Amino acid sequence: MNKVVAGAEEAIKDIPSGATLMLGGFGLCGIPENCISAIVKKGINNLTCISNNAGVDDFGIGLMLQGRQVKKMIASYVGENAEFERQLLSGELEVDLIPQGTLATRCMAAGYGMPAVFLLAGIGTEVAEGKEVRNFNGKDYLLEEAFDADFAIVKAWKGDTMGNLIFKGTARNFSPMMAMAGKITIAEVEHLVPAGELDPNYIHVPGIYVHRIFEGKNYEKRIENRTVRKKI
Amino acid sequence: MALTKEQIARRIAQELQDGFYVNLGIGIPTLVANYIPEGVNVVLQSENGLLGMGPFPFEGEEDADLINAGKQTVTTVPGSAFFDSAMSFGMIRAGKVDLTVLGAMEVADNGDIANWKIPKKLVKGMGGAMDLVAAAKNIIVAMQHTNPKGESKLLPQCTLPLTGIGCIKKVVTDLGVFDITPDGFKCLEYAPGVTIEEIKAKTAGRLVIADDVKEMAV
Repeated sequence: MNKVVAGAEEAIKDIPSGATLMLGGFGLCGIPENCISAIVKKGINNLTCISNNAGVDDFGIGLMLQGRQVKKMIASYVGENAEFERQLLSGELEVDLIPQGTLATRCMAAGYGMPAVFLLAGIGTEVAEGKEVRNFNGKDYLLEEAFDADFAIVKAWKGDTMGNLIFKGTARNFSPMMAMAGKITIAEVEHLVPAGELDPNYIHVPGIYVHRIFEGKNYEKRIENRTVRKKI
Repeated sequence: MALTKEQIARRIAQELQDGFYVNLGIGIPTLVANYIPEGVNVVLQSENGLLGMGPFPFEGEEDADLINAGKQTVTTVPGSAFFDSAMSFGMIRAGKVDLTVLGAMEVADNGDIANWKIPKKLVKGMGGAMDLVAAAKNIIVAMQHTNPKGESKLLPQCTLPLTGIGCIKKVVTDLGVFDITPDGFKCLEYAPGVTIEEIKAKTAGRLVIADDVKEMAV
C-alpha cells in the first residue's frame, strides 16, 4: 500500500475536465491550497465544485473562477467574491445554493453509504422546489440526496503514510465528510509522518477513506476577517 | 430614542439563561456576547465547528485555523470543543442548541423570516441560516425595525424569498420587544423615548400591545 505522492501535481494529475470535485474548507480556513494551485496550473475546466464557499477574488476557489475553470458551483455562501458574482449574473456560471447543514449532511451521507437523508432545512422555501416531502411525526422533511463526487480534496493538519488524518481547530469543518465521500480522496497535510506516529485515539478520518496523501508546502493560510482586541 | 445596535444586543442578552448553548449570527447578534449578564454562564456555538467560542484574540495571537462563522478570528474558552460541520448541524437539528439569535431583512407576523436573498441584487447564499431557523427551538431576531428607506421590516407577509416558515418566536428591534403570537406581533416592551404610536406607525404586520407593556430596561 502506497498512498504517498510527491506533491499536488502528482496528486491531481488524473483529474479530467468535467469532473465533480469536493473541496474542504470554510471560507479560507482549511482550504487545500496546494491542490487548488495545481488545478489552476493544470488548466482543466468544466468542473463542478462542491464547497461551502467560493473563496475570495484572488485566493482559494476564486483562483479557479478567474481561470474560468468552474462550470457549476454548489455552495452555501458565496459572498466576498466579485468575480463570482459577475460570472453568476452574466450566466457564465451555474450556481446551486443550498443550506450549509444540508451541504454537510449530503457529503456525510455519501461517506456513510446512504443514498439520501430527510432534512428540515428549507421547508417552505425555494430550496424545497421539486423535492420529495415526507411527513414524520407531524413535521415535513425534504428528501436530500447524497452527493456524488469524483474527487474529494481536503487539507489536514497532520496525516500519516496510511492516510489517517487529524485536523486542527475550525479548519476541520467540511473536510472529514468530504474526505469520506470522494470516490478518490486526496489529502494534503501540513505534517506527514510515518505510520505509527499518530495516536489512533485521535484520528478524525481513518486512512481507508484517503487514497493519496502528501505534505503540502508554502501554506499562506490567509485570514479573511482579522479581528483582534487590544491588550489593556 | 430608538436603541443603538449595542442596546439591542444588551436587551437580547437578558434572555440568556445559565447553562444555555447559544448560536449567535453575524451582525447585531454577535454583539450579544459582549453583554452576557454576570452569573450567567452560556456556551457559544459557532456553526463552523466550535463550542465554547471566546473573544477575539489579542493582537499578534490570531490563528488562521480558529475562526467563527463570520470568518473572524476568535479564541476558545476552557472546556471548548471542535467538531466537523455535519456534527455541528446535527446538534442544531437535534435541538441541542437552546437559543439562536440572528438578523433578518423581513419578519412576518406568522413567524416567517427572510434574510438570505434579494432577487437580482444580493445572491450571497443562505449559509447556515435555513438550517438554524428550521431546527432551533428558540429563535430571536435582532434587527432594525425599518429598512434604510424607512419601510417596516415587520410585515403581514415576507416579500423576499423565505429562509424559514413559522419559526420566529421573538423579535427585538431598535423600537421594542415583540413576541410572535397567533394575533401577530405582540409588543411587550418599547424602547425608552419611543411611543406606542411610533411603533404602530412603523409596524406593517398585525400588531397587538400587551396589557402590561412596559419601557425596556437597557
